[in-house]
Amino acid sequence: MMSFMELFQWASHVGLTHFLLFSALLFSAGLFGLLTKKGIIPLLMCVELMLNAVNINLVAFSRYLPARDYAGQLMAVFSIVVAAAELAVGVALAFRVYRDRRTVQVDELDRLRD
Amino acid sequence: METVQSALTVVHGLVAAALEAAAAYEVPALIEAGVFFTFAGLALLFACGVIFLRNVVHSALSLTATFLCVACLYFSIGAEFMGAVQILVYGGAVAILIVMAVMLTRRDDMARSNPSRGVAAHAAAAALAVLFLLAMAAVALLSPFPGGAPELPGDAAAGLADLMLSRYVLPFEAAAVLLLAALMGAVLLAKEADEA
Repeated sequence: MMSFMELFQWASHVGLTHFLLFSALLFSAGLFGLLTKKGIIPLLMCVELMLNAVNINLVAFSRYLPARDYAGQLMAVFSIVVAAAELAVGVALAFRVYRDRRTVQVDELDRLRD
Repeated sequence: METVQSALTVVHGLVAAALEAAAAYEVPALIEAGVFFTFAGLALLFACGVIFLRNVVHSALSLTATFLCVACLYFSIGAEFMGAVQILVYGGAVAILIVMAVMLTRRDDMARSNPSRGVAAHAAAAALAVLFLLAMAAVALLSPFPGGAPELPGDAAAGLADLMLSRYVLPFEAAAVLLLAALMGAVLLAKEADEA
């Protein structure tokens, strides 16, 4: 294993791996929440965490790998667009489900029609 | 007494390393590392808050704080346009939408409105998340990435505009259609079918 000084040297020069590890942690946190929560809105929030992790990855690659244009950031912008659209539709679905079934726990939404 | 001694040893090691790094004129790198670890740590803390807070309103506020920390990371990396878009869209629209969704799908007991599944589900989810984390960490640490990337000339907004209207105009138009479809779908779903 590395000595403390080598670890400190590696950690104090922020590079691509730092961002990749951070985004992997954020994605795993979102994944854990997605598999663990029962309400519709918390599930959507965990999906947003995962999408944020992906955007961080895209921007970090765009910054730290030799790039000839800003394609990585452009992909991140489109990812944000898709995430916002999906969240809007998901929240509209949540409203509708709440109005019809009076519940927002996904375990109780187990029929296609009453 | 031993813990005090080991704590003092750790502090001494840290101070010595900091002095050594400062003596080697690496203060800019240290500042950048400090900024990164602060905002990354805060973002992970707030992400844990999203999952583990029991009140869904607290959870939504924690999610907003996560978005803002990620925006600060974008600013620190030099992607100012992405940081601004993150604050505007995620912190300004997504967060508001989620809080509105929470408000309009209220239950009576808001203090416990963010339930989780049982211990077995927690264990399985933790195993899966740790597995994914190990796989990603292996890829991140073992891949030989080419280094020494120079900063691109010009600012990101102009570069993105050039790309979006020349080479990526098809995804740009498709994104516009997607937004229109999402808008219409959301309005249709949220209203009654005969009102819309």
